[in-house]
Amino acid sequence: MATLLTIDDLRRILIECAGETDGTDLSGDILDTRFETIGYDSLALMETAARLESRYDVAIPDDIAARVDTPRELLDLVNGALAEAA
Amino acid sequence: MSVLITGVGVAAPNGLGLEPYWEAVLAGRFGLGQVTRFDVSRYPATLAGQIDDFHAPDHVPGRLLPQTDPSTRLALTAAAWALQDAKADPESLTDYDMGVVTANACGGFDFTHREFRKLWTEGPKSVSVYESFAWFYAVNTGQISIRHGMRGPSSALVAEQAGGLDALGHARRTIRRGTPLVVSGGVDSALDPWGWVSQLASGRVSTATDPARAYLPFDEQAAGYVPGEGGAILVLEDSAAAEARGRHDAYGELVGCASTFDPAPGSGRPPGLERAIRLALTDAGLGPKDVDVVFADGAGVPELDAAEARAIGQVFGDHGVPVTVPKTTTGRLYSGGGPLDVVTALMSLREGVIPPTAGVRSVPQEYGIDLVLGEPRTAPLRTALVLARGRWGFNSAVVLRRPVPTP
Amino acid sequence: MDPASRGSVSAFEPLSSHGAHDDDDHRVNSPKELFRLKRRVVITGVGVRAPGGNGTRQFWELLTSGRTATRRISFFDPSPYRSQVAAEADFDPVAEGFGPRELDRMDRASQFAVACAREAVAASGLEFDTLDPTRVGVSLGSAVAAATSLEREYLLLSDSGREWEVDADWLSRHMFDYLVPSVMPAEVAWAVGAEGPVAMVSNGCTSGLDSVGHAVRLIEEGSADVMLAGAADTPITPIVVACFDAIRATTSRNDDPEHASRPFDGTRDGFVLAEGAAMFVLEDYESALSRGAHIHAEIPGYATRCNAYHMTGLKADGREMAEAIRVALDESRTDATDIDYINAHGSGTRQNDRHETAAYKRALGDHARRTPVSSIKSMVGHSLGAIGSLEIAASVLALEHGVVPPTANLHTSDPECDLDYVPLEAREQKLGTVLTVGSGFGGFQSAMVLRSAEAAGAIA
Repeated sequence: MATLLTIDDLRRILIECAGETDGTDLSGDILDTRFETIGYDSLALMETAARLESRYDVAIPDDIAARVDTPRELLDLVNGALAEAA
Repeated sequence: MSVLITGVGVAAPNGLGLEPYWEAVLAGRFGLGQVTRFDVSRYPATLAGQIDDFHAPDHVPGRLLPQTDPSTRLALTAAAWALQDAKADPESLTDYDMGVVTANACGGFDFTHREFRKLWTEGPKSVSVYESFAWFYAVNTGQISIRHGMRGPSSALVAEQAGGLDALGHARRTIRRGTPLVVSGGVDSALDPWGWVSQLASGRVSTATDPARAYLPFDEQAAGYVPGEGGAILVLEDSAAAEARGRHDAYGELVGCASTFDPAPGSGRPPGLERAIRLALTDAGLGPKDVDVVFADGAGVPELDAAEARAIGQVFGDHGVPVTVPKTTTGRLYSGGGPLDVVTALMSLREGVIPPTAGVRSVPQEYGIDLVLGEPRTAPLRTALVLARGRWGFNSAVVLRRPVPTP
Repeated sequence: MDPASRGSVSAFEPLSSHGAHDDDDHRVNSPKELFRLKRRVVITGVGVRAPGGNGTRQFWELLTSGRTATRRISFFDPSPYRSQVAAEADFDPVAEGFGPRELDRMDRASQFAVACAREAVAASGLEFDTLDPTRVGVSLGSAVAAATSLEREYLLLSDSGREWEVDADWLSRHMFDYLVPSVMPAEVAWAVGAEGPVAMVSNGCTSGLDSVGHAVRLIEEGSADVMLAGAADTPITPIVVACFDAIRATTSRNDDPEHASRPFDGTRDGFVLAEGAAMFVLEDYESALSRGAHIHAEIPGYATRCNAYHMTGLKADGREMAEAIRVALDESRTDATDIDYINAHGSGTRQNDRHETAAYKRALGDHARRTPVSSIKSMVGHSLGAIGSLEIAASVLALEHGVVPPTANLHTSDPECDLDYVPLEAREQKLGTVLTVGSGFGGFQSAMVLRSAEAAGAIA
């Protein structure tokens, strides 16, 4: 079975792709915090999605930013795709 | 209405921030050295003005780091410093009352080189979502506007090394048309390997290896220029608006601007620099006698130096005005060069001292210019002329005046 | 001040020693009389190179026929890309008269600009040889400038991307001018003999509106008497296609390229990348009148604002574009109800179409519902920095011919876009005043008012 994406992996990739928001603590429990609240816009999600696609070899829909609001939803989407591919 | 410069932000190879820069320029301290960002030894020219002490995360919001080129990070930093220096708080001003006019020459070139490489080695899907705007010439104007909530008339201009002065001229135009505050200037950087060889293609980059003897405008041994990175961002304001927000002092007033273009090669018509000087003086309502110091373009290429010396001589007479080229210490910064010279000129006016043209020793007699060499020269200064030329014939001139203290 | 060096504006200097200036803004209480003292600027020559046919006449034929010039990309194999559609121009530089040295030196965008400049100059009837070159300037817009040449040279220098430290043995002596593209307006200046102010305005996708706006300012204030103004972009090259792929801004309707550009249509899915150029001869109204020139249109008002929101995103409310429109109308001394036609930005992305629809309602109120709005991008695609000038050309031609060009491919209505977008077919209608707008990355929002020669005469 393929390696699943964890919240820590996602945290790292988010920072790599979109930087850290000043004044927001990403190290806390952000699973259900809206991306908007932690300062990530649709562009940030698109860059993150592109990185996830190439690193985990999964297909992520074009309109990812409209489909997911929180890190948990993004994890579920990616891990769901990974499980399906496995 | 007068247009004042109320704040400056400097990012130069020999000084990050106004104070260290000014100190370095007065001391004739060079910010030039061997390029360290890649193995430069395989290329014919190896010296550049690099800014080595800039740690972007200390100055630029984390969210902006993945989406910005080094040039944009420097521009954002210099803009924030300029606003701080002007004691202008954008949040307390009306959004449409603030504009941004920057010049750019190279775009976000290091960033775009990396994306070109990803495209051609890893395929289209590897290209960053940020490439579409991290590269283009309007990036600094757009990012500064967004960061500070400035929604007034804004623009980006490209005219190689002359563009920075054109931006200041357009900022002044924008203020006169009713936008009280405009952030303006220019910053460039293209010190990745592709950017580097592209600059070498100008045929004018010095291949010397001694930083003190590499870029020697008006010197008998002039043999090209050293490219650099950085520049300056300034806050320009309508004097009444500056006063209304309690800002009573300023670095100086931007009193005259002009831009001309050289005739097509082979036309036999005279070049346009002298005309730019005269138009800028006319615009300022001043004559040649009013000018106390000239900050020359200083191409560092013998025929261009001779042409500039001739233009200065025709307006001011033989040895008629002190001339200086402090940019020998930073290298030529493209869009950043003119605005940085304007900052240097404003400091000169404020302190009554002309920084030297560091490195230059021997000026041919036939140039007929009084080039300030060796040590800084103290003199009572009221008015400065700053010149910049861009490759292929762009000539720009601005006239600055020190404010007269009200008795 | 030497009056001769400043043009006729120096005669009108009631308030300032620096020339006539007016206000963009209500908040600054400068006398309204200044509006009347500023020089008026008219278009007396037009040159166009666009997809679907070169020259101004072919451009207008395409726009009024409602045909589209979008097709599968032929310049390179587009199959690895998400968006494989573009509006390419059938531009033949040799037939345009460029010699071997010019072909070697000039980027494709420069060639477009110079070809348009020559057409505009010839059409203007102005004898450039008799003009004082120091009173002639150039203002050229471009968003990505020499992108095509940059990519070509990159592949040589880097061995198709393999070398980060590129091989200087492959260096073209023109590479500097692809890095720093201000050679583009220089080429135009040489072609027409301009020695006045020469500028390159690079404001992303509003460059083509802003470069003309910039030229208007220079004539108004007396810095030049005649300006060659316009824009050129030739971005159909892999890196540009890839960077719009990345943000999903371009269409993926690859199986139906002719119908891929669908502004305001409910089934749109992004813009179609394009190339093109348009240049204009601009001059002072009085001197155009006195030489008996054919006046195509007047440019009585222009304004630009930034949204300070996002480098690529737009808020749905259209606030800053509405402000640019309001200020441009104000400068024109035109009421919103005088607008007979809006030449839209209409890129065919959902966020844009919604944004500008909101902006029109905000700026024009109820009149927005009564005003035809159309997007020529449905036919000639989106040529980035050039399109603003192509849209000015379309607006000028619409005024002259009394015809509103349609929005092609508009079949499916979108509840968010509820104005009259002139679907499919051109419409004959007498036009006096046209508004054209642009919106671009970086947050730029620009608006320009154009007035027919007839209406300009009536107002004078």
